[in-house]
Amino acid sequence: MLTIKNLHANVNGKEILKGIDLVVKPGEVHAIMGPNGSGKSTLASVLTGNPAFEITEGDISFYGKNLLDLLPEDRAREGVFLSFQYPVEIPGVSMVNFMRTAINEQRKYKGLEPMSASDFLKMMREKKEYVELDNKLANRSVNEGFSGGEKKRNEIFQMAMLEPRLSILDETDSGLDIDALRIVATGVNKLKSSENSTIVITHYQRLLDYIVPDFVHVLYKGRIVKSAGKELAYELEEKGYDWIKKELGE
Amino acid sequence: MPQENDNIINELTQGEYKYGFTSDIETDYIPMGLNEDIVRLISSKKNEPEWLLEFRLKAYRYWLTLQMPTWPHLTIPDIDYQKIYYYASPKKKEGPKSLDEVDPELLKTFDKLGIPLHEQKMLSGMAVDAVLDSVSVKTTFKESLAELGIIFCSFSEAVKDYPELVQKYMGSVVGYADNYFAALNSAVFSDGSFVFIPKGVRCPMELSTYFRINAINTGQFERTLIVAEDDAYVSYLEGCTAPMRDENQLHAAIVEIIINERAEVKYSTVQNWYPGDKQGKGGIYNFVTKRALCKGDHSKVSWTQVETGSAITWKYPSCILRGDHSVGEFYSVAVTNNYQQADTGSKMIHLGKNTSSHIVSKGISAGYSQNSYRGLVKVAAKAENARNFSQCDSLLLGDKCGAHTFPYIDVHNETAIVEHEATTSKISEDQVFYCNQRGISTEDAIGLIVNGYAKEVLNKLPMEFAVEAQKLLAISLEGSVG
Repeated sequence: MLTIKNLHANVNGKEILKGIDLVVKPGEVHAIMGPNGSGKSTLASVLTGNPAFEITEGDISFYGKNLLDLLPEDRAREGVFLSFQYPVEIPGVSMVNFMRTAINEQRKYKGLEPMSASDFLKMMREKKEYVELDNKLANRSVNEGFSGGEKKRNEIFQMAMLEPRLSILDETDSGLDIDALRIVATGVNKLKSSENSTIVITHYQRLLDYIVPDFVHVLYKGRIVKSAGKELAYELEEKGYDWIKKELGE
Repeated sequence: MPQENDNIINELTQGEYKYGFTSDIETDYIPMGLNEDIVRLISSKKNEPEWLLEFRLKAYRYWLTLQMPTWPHLTIPDIDYQKIYYYASPKKKEGPKSLDEVDPELLKTFDKLGIPLHEQKMLSGMAVDAVLDSVSVKTTFKESLAELGIIFCSFSEAVKDYPELVQKYMGSVVGYADNYFAALNSAVFSDGSFVFIPKGVRCPMELSTYFRINAINTGQFERTLIVAEDDAYVSYLEGCTAPMRDENQLHAAIVEIIINERAEVKYSTVQNWYPGDKQGKGGIYNFVTKRALCKGDHSKVSWTQVETGSAITWKYPSCILRGDHSVGEFYSVAVTNNYQQADTGSKMIHLGKNTSSHIVSKGISAGYSQNSYRGLVKVAAKAENARNFSQCDSLLLGDKCGAHTFPYIDVHNETAIVEHEATTSKISEDQVFYCNQRGISTEDAIGLIVNGYAKEVLNKLPMEFAVEAQKLLAISLEGSVG
């Protein structure tokens, strides 16, 4: 479903991604790990079309479509979802209004009628159960005054609402205490199916105790330098990244 | 509600100024230009009593002694007052008695604008006075309101039918000598609306006046006069549009409101005069004096305005809080895009004891526009325990526009508490990308964010207007983010 070939990307004229190759199939969970500044978040931004990044080379194909040809909103409508590392606040815009606009835009893209208000509210009620989100959430403005944990739960709630084909979780574990981490991970696991795929970007192995990856990739200096099964995460946790640097002859 | 939101999005994709059409209505002009004979001619066209002609002439002579004010933060090209028609009316001498007598082309015009003049078609229970160019075309629901003793009619009719009321109140809040444009209006005003709510009556429906400039090179100078007797209540709405024309057109109106004991008036405006094109060509000059006098104890006035149109806006709806415990409120959203300029705000004059006022101003600037808040809070020596809270927020889109705040505070009583808060913010690229990532296009994202920002004010509008205003905000800012 997702094939990344030789992807190069710059930010402010500096090359961050230096030739990424990655294939993700339906139902798979891929973890991307790596030291700070290796390009993990850049990869998430580039996949979702953040205009701050410039693609200099390479292809991304998603279900046969060239993702790089699509606007960020169309990528989202195609089913690419990013759980942001730092979700932004949008004062005055209620979650209900925000989500309904998002859902109906997605439906319009698929040629479907907008959802009725009652169906929509029912869906919201159901989906917020996934992440044990407060009832009052609906009337609050998007992320405004949310705690760090609430923001991350709100991201996964939106993921549940939008039912993406590819979810990218960018440092979703950062800033979460162990209970919030469990809630978020449980939510993600409930949403997993044989149809959709997940890319988990993380520093730490602890999230991978809950969201178990099929593959672990190490991103270093803009390249994937090592790929293996979930055991690689434990090895990294134990030994740090230095041994990889050594392997690379640095 | 869901349908409404979808409609907003649909509207968004249409864009541009959608009220810019002109109607092919036969128009009766008087000669171009301004002099005493023109003032006399307008007065005689309307068969006015002698006192009113005198009022006009005094105003005209006074206006001749005045200079155009230069204090606003606006660049106003020279206006040639001799190149304007001061009176234009759809041909049809007498006011129509029933809808059947109204020119079908005219009905079509208001239909296109979404202003229903067929009473049976009206769902929202709103009475409308429709003013095209210089005259009132039709007032709906007049009879049913009359049963409650409420007078809602065009200003011309009021002069004819209720001369004593007009004479008593006209000019009592905004005198002809008040300012340059008030003097001009007082000399040449043509029509407008008159509202009188008798003692103890709560007006059961929203009253609304819809102003439309159609004729070319024509100025619109209307007056609105609202009187609420003791314990009365009314909510009044005003809307305005104009065709797209390359020339600038002048609109200089006066609104006067008199509020007696325990009475309350809510005045809402959705101002959408043609703003000019993307290069700043054409558009309406909107120079308006609006003032309410809270005469009685415990009286209350509330101004809510959504200003999206006009090439230049110069307007400060004000409250004179004379009655003890009287309350003045001002809620404003002013949007400027392209080359629009706005200098707008409010004046709160505290004269009575225990008076309070509240100002919420939300400016939104985009393109190359300039948007200023200018406000005065004045507390007189005898106004014990006056209270004011002002909040002025500016939102900038892009880096070519300007936002300015000019708060004046003038306090002569030490028991007063006056607070002023101001913020300036920008729509961040992160906010837009966050919306994009959820499948919301950039245009829609801006619409959402701006409406969120203005929510506090939009919530004050009557329901039907709030929806309209939301759409307007989004449309006005279309193309402002590249």
